[in-house]
Order: sequence, then C-alpha cells, then structure tokens
Amino acid sequence: MVELVLFVITAVAALAGAVTVVTARNPVHSAMGLFGTLFSLAVIYVVNLAHLVAAVQVIVYAGAVMTLFLFVIMLIGVDKAEDTSENLPRQRTLVAVLGAAVGLVVVALIVSGRFVWVPAGGGDVEIPNGTVQAVAEPLFTTWILAFEVTALLLTIAAAGAIALAYFKRGLIREEHE
Amino acid sequence: MTDLLWLVIVLPLFGSVFLHFFGRRLGEPVAGWVATSATAGSFVVALGAALPFFRGTGENLQVVLWEWMPAVGATFELTWDPLAALMTLIVTGVGSLIHLYSIGYMSGDERFSRFFVYLNLFAASMLTLVLAGNYAMLFLGWELVGLCSYLLISFWFTKPSAAAAGKKAFVVNRIGDFGFMVGLMLIFTSFGTLSYAGIFERAPEVLDTGVATAIGLLLLVGAIGKSAQIPLYVWLPDAMEGPTPVSALIHAATMVTAGVYVVARSAPIYQLAPFAAGTVATIGALTALWAASIALAQNDIKKVLAYSTISQLGYMFLGVGAAAYVAGVFHLMTHAFFKALLFLGAGSVIHGMADEQDMRKMGGLARHMPITAITMAVATLAIAGIPPFSGFWSKDEILGVAFETGGWFVVLWVVGVVTAMLTAFYMTRQFVMVFLGKPRWDEGVHPHESPRTMTVPLLVLALLAFGGGFVNTPWRTGLEHFLEPAFEGVVVAQPPKELSTFFLLGGVSVVAGVLGIVAAYLAYRRPAEAWRRFQESLGAPWRWWEQAYRVDDLYGALVVAPGKALAERAAFSFDLPVVDGAVNGVAWVVRRVGTALRPLQTGFVRNYGVVFVAGTVAVVAWLLVVGRGI
Amino acid sequence: MTVGPGWYMTLAAALFSIGAIGMLVRRNALVMFMSIELMLNAVNLTFVAAGRALGTLDGQVSVFFVLVVAAAEVVVGLAIIVAVFRTRATASVDELSELKG
Repeated sequence: MVELVLFVITAVAALAGAVTVVTARNPVHSAMGLFGTLFSLAVIYVVNLAHLVAAVQVIVYAGAVMTLFLFVIMLIGVDKAEDTSENLPRQRTLVAVLGAAVGLVVVALIVSGRFVWVPAGGGDVEIPNGTVQAVAEPLFTTWILAFEVTALLLTIAAAGAIALAYFKRGLIREEHE
Repeated sequence: MTDLLWLVIVLPLFGSVFLHFFGRRLGEPVAGWVATSATAGSFVVALGAALPFFRGTGENLQVVLWEWMPAVGATFELTWDPLAALMTLIVTGVGSLIHLYSIGYMSGDERFSRFFVYLNLFAASMLTLVLAGNYAMLFLGWELVGLCSYLLISFWFTKPSAAAAGKKAFVVNRIGDFGFMVGLMLIFTSFGTLSYAGIFERAPEVLDTGVATAIGLLLLVGAIGKSAQIPLYVWLPDAMEGPTPVSALIHAATMVTAGVYVVARSAPIYQLAPFAAGTVATIGALTALWAASIALAQNDIKKVLAYSTISQLGYMFLGVGAAAYVAGVFHLMTHAFFKALLFLGAGSVIHGMADEQDMRKMGGLARHMPITAITMAVATLAIAGIPPFSGFWSKDEILGVAFETGGWFVVLWVVGVVTAMLTAFYMTRQFVMVFLGKPRWDEGVHPHESPRTMTVPLLVLALLAFGGGFVNTPWRTGLEHFLEPAFEGVVVAQPPKELSTFFLLGGVSVVAGVLGIVAAYLAYRRPAEAWRRFQESLGAPWRWWEQAYRVDDLYGALVVAPGKALAERAAFSFDLPVVDGAVNGVAWVVRRVGTALRPLQTGFVRNYGVVFVAGTVAVVAWLLVVGRGI
Repeated sequence: MTVGPGWYMTLAAALFSIGAIGMLVRRNALVMFMSIELMLNAVNLTFVAAGRALGTLDGQVSVFFVLVVAAAEVVVGLAIIVAVFRTRATASVDELSELKG
C-alpha cells in the first residue's frame, strides 16, 4: 500500500517534470522540470531497493549534470523566453502521428498480456538489495572489462570537451580559411 | 654446406631488400660493396656445396624449403646436381666480378644504389631459376629474371630509346613465355605434377613421341624468347641500351643462357622427341649464321657484341639440340667467361671514351688502355676459336658432335664452320677498329685506363677465358665426368673419339678462324678512308645490312601494325561505346537517383530525428508482433 | 493492490514518449539535450524495474553503465553547444542546416 502511494506521487511528479521540460519556454524552467523528474526517479529507485543507483542518480544526475546544464544556460545567456512556434513544415503533424504510434504500441503491450516476467529460478524471487557491496560484486567480476572501457570513455569525453572548449574563435577561423 | 644451400638465393635477395631501404644512405661506393659481397658470399656457399661433386662423391639432392602448392608439385624445393651447381657457380662467380666492375662503371650515377638493388635481385632470381626443383619454381625465376632484365635495360629510363628497349624486351619475351606456359600446362596434364623428380623418371612411360614433341617445341618457344633466337632475337640488340655491366651479366653471361639451361634440364623429354631436338639444333645453327652475318656490318661496339651473343647462343642450341648436353653447357660456361669479358672490355672503352660507342670514332686505343686491349685480345681469340683459348674447345666439341651425328646435322656442321669464320672476321674487325690504327676520336675525348675495380674483373675473366677450355679437352674429359650425375638415364651425344678426326675437324675450324682473322685484319688495318670508301661503294645494300636487314621494320609491318590496328578497333568500337557506356550508364543512373532523393536531406536535425524515432517505433512494433514475450 | 513491473514500464514508456516528442519539437539545443536525458532515464527505470522483477542485480549494473555513457555524452554535447554558440551566437539547431542536400 505504501508502495502504491509512493508510486502515484512520484509518477505524477516525474510526468509533470517531463512535461515542463518539453513545454517551458525558458530553458531554466526546463532544467528545473528535468531536476524534478530525476529526483522522483531516485525515489522510485529507493523503493525498489536500488540504493546505490538512487544515490548515484542524485549525485551525478541531479547534482553534476544539472549543474552543468545550468552553467551552460547561463553562459549562453538564453534565459529569456523563446519562440516555440514551429517553423519546419509538417514537423508537428509527423510528431503527432509518431506520438500516436507510440501510444498504440504501449497500449498493445499492456493489452496483449505478452509481458510475462519469469525469474530465472522460477517462482517468487527476493527483491535484490542494491547496496554498494552487492552491486560492486558483479561490476568488478563479470563486468570488469565493460567497467574499464567506461573509464576509458570518460577520459576520452573529458579530453574531447577540453579540446572543444580550448580552441579560441580566431583559431577555428584560421583552420577553416 | 648443402644445408646452407638456401643461403645461395637468400644472400643476394637480402642484399637487394637491404639496399632498397638503406642503399641511398650508404651511398657510393659502400652500396656497391654490399651488393658485391652478397653475391660473392653466394659464390662461396655454392662452392662449398659443390665440393663433393668435384671430389666425385656428390649425390643429387632435393631440398624442400616450403610446401607451396603440393597438389601440383609446386614446392619451394632446390635441386642440387652438377648441372645446377655449375650454373650456380657461373652465375655467382661471373656475377660477383661484374658487381665489382659495376662499382667503378656506375660511379657518379645518380641512382647508383638502385642499380645494385636490381643487380642483386637479378642474381637472386637467376639462382631461383637454376636451383629450382620443379618447373613451377623455374618459371617463377624465369619471370623474375625477365622483370629484372626489363628494369635494368630501361635503367636510364629518362632516355626514350632505353625505355622503349625495355618495353620491347618485355613484350617479345612475353611471346616466348606464352609458349613456355602452355608447355608447362601440357607437362602438368601429362604427369599430374611439375616436379623434376616426378617427371623425368616417368617420362619414357608417360609420353608418346607426339606429346613429347609438343612439349619440346613449346618449351623451345620459351627458350627462343629468353635466349634471343630466330625469330624472337630482335629484343637483344635493343637491350644494349642498358648499362654495359647489365649487358655483360644478363644479356651475355647468364639470363640469355636460361633457354639453353631449360633444354639441357629437360633432356629426358627431348630425348623422346627427336624432331623437337632437331628443331632446336636447326634454329640454333640458323641463328648463329644469321646473327653473325649481321654483326659483320655493325658500327656500335655493343651491337656487334649483342649479335655475337645471339650467334653464340645459336651454337649452344645447336649443341643441346644435337643431344650434346655437356658440349652445350661447356660452351655456355666458356661463353660466359669470354663474352662477359668482351662486354666489360667494351664498357671500359666506352667509359674511357666518354660514352662514345661508335667504333668509327675510335682507333688506336691500345696505347692508352693497355689492360683493356690485352684482355680484349684474349677474349677475341677465345671467341674466334683459336687454340688453346677456351672458345676453341667448347665450340669444336659442339661442331664435332654435329659432324659425328651425321645426316642433317652435317649441314648444320657446315653452317657452324662458316659461322666460325664470320665470327673471327667480325671480332677481329672490332678489335682492329677499336684498338689499332690511327685515332679517329672526336675532339675533347681523352681516353684513359679504367680504375682498378674495373680492370681486376677484366684480368680475372681474361684468365678464365684463356684457360676455361682445359676443363674438357679430348684428352681430359673433366667436365663430362663432372656433369655425368646430372644426365643419368640420358644418352649424351659424344664428339668423335679418334684423335685423327679431332685434328681434322679442329683443323678445319682453326683454318676458318684464321682466315676470318687475316681477312678482317687486312681489310680494316688499312687507313679508315679505304674501308669507308669500300662501304660507301656498296650503297643501299650496305645501309640495309648496317640496319640488321631491317627485320624490325618487317616485324613492325607484319605484327605490330596489325596489332595496333586491332587495338584501335577494340578501343573505339568496343571499349568506348560498350564498356565505357556501361560504366557511364551506371554513374548516370546513380546521379539521377541522387538528384531525386536530394530533397530528403533537409539539413534539419529534427527531421532526421523524426525518421530515427519512427524507425525505433517500427522496430518495437515488429518485436511486439513477431517476438515472443520480448 | 501491488505495484507490478508493468506499472513501472508504463511510466517509463510515458517518460520516453514525452522525451522523444520534446526532442522532435523543440529547437533549442539545450532543451533537446534535456529531452534526451529524459529518454535515457526512462530506460534506466525499466532496467531497475525489470531487475527487481527477475530478482537480479544485473539491471542495476546496466543502469550504472548507462549513467556513465550519459554523463560522457552530456560533457561532449554541452561542449559542442558552447563551441557552436561561440561561432554562431545561437543555440537553435534549425540555424545549423548547412549540410542540406
């Protein structure tokens, strides 16, 4: 019962945040909406006993990534309302059709009842407790190679971001001319 | 030493690769010394491996290095018998001397190290050819020496004539190679293998006379191309555009003798095909006479030697065609000595005369180039067949066999004796025109003796050209005994055994040689005006003679022109409308489709996003319909 | 009434759709980016819910990797936006249509 209440509250909050992201004219409002969604999802993770993921969600997403977004918004200085009218022909129509298609697929998914969750062992399963220790075990044994690759990926991303930000405007001009 | 046999090929090959990368850095003359030591090292290894044969205790060996295509008997295997050993020693021995000589001759050339890259590559290729243990590997070497020949003829490729000569050599050789390849295919269909061991042992039981004749004639086509015999000899005179050491090594001593080697190597097949063997001998004799007659009227010092080489190769063909394999190979060896010497001597003259090759502008050089003159005199006497110089023994053995065989071969013997006289004439003519008489040099030419790297090989080769004949005389048949294991199961024709016949035949050819020498001396020792006036009085026929009977023009009209016309037809009536049309048509269709689809690329990232999301939805929907439980 | 995995899946589907629509409708590069983050988070939610239903931790490990990739993507993406802004003085993707056919 507690879970149901929590689910309803967080789901409503997450959806509201998501709608805000898409509809707000001011990018700062969009960012706030995204923050709300991310936080709501963190709560859902806790309910699902994914403690580490919840913590990382708050720290990395709601903390670092959101900060980064806000920084860039401030840097670019587009904290004013923008024109949200569509200028591409047929774009809205197409999006509406696509949205309808997605909705159709989802409804079909629910109605078809093919969505069967069969645990590997069969029968009822215990909810896995996602503590740091518990998640670390598969992460550093089965998935160690993928883990190292992500480390490399982060390094490359950092280097790429520095390279992109470092070159001055004049330098880019020179290269192009 | 036989364990190290592979080194014989690998040493020059390594030298070539090494110089390719580091030759420029090493510069002159170090690059030349590296190449020379590679070939000399090969010679030492070969000598060590050949020692058992000299002692008479050697065994024929097959050394398998690497299985390449076992199904067709094409493995990298080396055959080591006295024939291969002798060829290897000639190639590496004479080759080393010519390498050494080239250090002096090529000095100052812009592409000095590149020259040695090619020279070493040639040595490795030629050794592959002679050491091959099957026809596939032999063909590999056969084509590689052709390539090296092409590269070296057109070494000075900025000269249009040199580039054209290289092309001509390549194309003419291809005609021969085509016949050779068909011959190899016929061998393979008959025996199911290309390995010597598998072929020669079973030849008598597998081949009937018809197939043996076909194989023999096809291999002969290849040999004719490579060894410059009628009718494919026209590339060799043009090949003189290459640097003189190349002419000496490739177009006199080694590569052009490959045809003779192939016939000798295939002796068990020719033994079964008397007609093919007779054709070999006849073509050889005809070529000998034909080329010698052309050589009489040449003015270019290297052209004389080129036609002389063709003529001498004709002798070798006459020998191996008459089943006198020992005599043929014997002449191959002595010819390698004296012809390499002649070419190197000519190179020395050209070097000293500031690149002058016209004998009409020489004369009186003996005083200025004593070493060159003396060594050239030795070589001239050797090729003229004056005893005891080496050429006499080998040539007379061939002629002796021809006489002894009888029948048609007696005619060939007569041709051979006449050729001997012509040979003596044109060689003496050359010697007199170059070294004796009054100087007729252009102004500003100061002849001088060549450096030591060039004279030392001359002296060594002069020694060999003088004494090389003593390995096989009627009294002491050393070479025959040496080569015996290589021709097991083959009936080798023998020269007359009685000394009286030998003296009679020898006497005839010596008289012919002396006649030629005396006639040439008397004709050309006179002042230059005298023989010039005589030549001019002959008029047009003399010019026709000078231009080698204009065979090139004949071939041009008969073969080249129709070929060009056909190519032009193909180019403008087929290639342009049909092949090009198809290609352009494809491009046209692609362009039209591209133009039609262009508007799809709006440049707006959100348009692309729509397509992207639509694709995702489609995939999920498909999974929903087809997939089970996702 | 228990909250089964289907509930979470439905929520995730809704979030994903909203994100997708946002990406297609908005032309501010920053907002498009946020929409993409929404979609990524929707997928994360499915991972956690599925992991719970199947009684395995692999779902949460997957979330971890998605997080890392998302972080890397944000870093580079924002750097690109900044670079573009410095040369073009705009954050609208519709202005960047030089590659049209």
